[in-house]
Amino acid sequence: MPAGTLYRGREGMWSWVAHRVTGVLIFFFLFVHVLDTALVRVSPEAYDEVVATYKTPIVALLEYGLVAAILFHALNGLRVIAVDFWSKGPRYQKQMLWTVVGIWLVLMAGSIYPVLGHAARELFGS
Amino acid sequence: MSTETSTAIGPVEGGARYDVDNPAPYIEAPRKRTGKTPRATRGNFEMAAWLFMRLSGVVLVVLVLGHLLIQLFLDGGVSKIGFAFVAGRWASPFWQVWDLLMLWLAMLHGANGLRTVINDYAERANTRLWLKGLLYTATVFTILLGTLVIFTFDPNIR
Repeated sequence: MPAGTLYRGREGMWSWVAHRVTGVLIFFFLFVHVLDTALVRVSPEAYDEVVATYKTPIVALLEYGLVAAILFHALNGLRVIAVDFWSKGPRYQKQMLWTVVGIWLVLMAGSIYPVLGHAARELFGS
Repeated sequence: MSTETSTAIGPVEGGARYDVDNPAPYIEAPRKRTGKTPRATRGNFEMAAWLFMRLSGVVLVVLVLGHLLIQLFLDGGVSKIGFAFVAGRWASPFWQVWDLLMLWLAMLHGANGLRTVINDYAERANTRLWLKGLLYTATVFTILLGTLVIFTFDPNIR
């Protein structure tokens, strides 16, 4: 560990950690995603074959994870902007984080059926 | 302690050493820019990068969440995606511009984020150099590939 760092814990540090982790994960996914989309220049069959693996139940779970990472990064990113540009932002950063977590939980609950529904139908029959 | 001691203490504390006819030497304010100061060797890149993260972030919230909604939520979610679906969407210049803008902003936003992470955790200068070289190579390659695919997409490839 580099010397002299200030890991102070609590909402401020952990939201920063989560923002980093989700950001790096999304960026690595983006590389893969551009590559798989580039298959439309190879042939319709090549593209459809790869996308077919994205429709399996296990990858559906990964897609739910992707949604989770993107939603947190987006909401917390807006909070970071508010902390930086809103004069009262730093004072309310904790409240804003818990607001972010609350909205995130609601959206994640609402995402279960649209994102995972097809996987459930495949696993348990419709 | 009497006033006599003042001369014994020395020149630092000597009260009347300088006067109008014998002024104290002028000492420049620390870090003041003068003719001898070398010109700035770097510009405002880090500030521009910081600002770019916030501006692109706001735009990406709209672009990416809209993209997610269409691809993973509406109309059967991921089940409907296939070559025909892509062809249908890229038939419209609106979605071509949407995807192009999203590609560029997301890649640059992510690359700058990872650059920050590398700067934070790679302690040796050589390690930073190689990791950033790899990062920039992969970023340029992916941006160019994605741009090429959007511009040269052919729905009648077969």
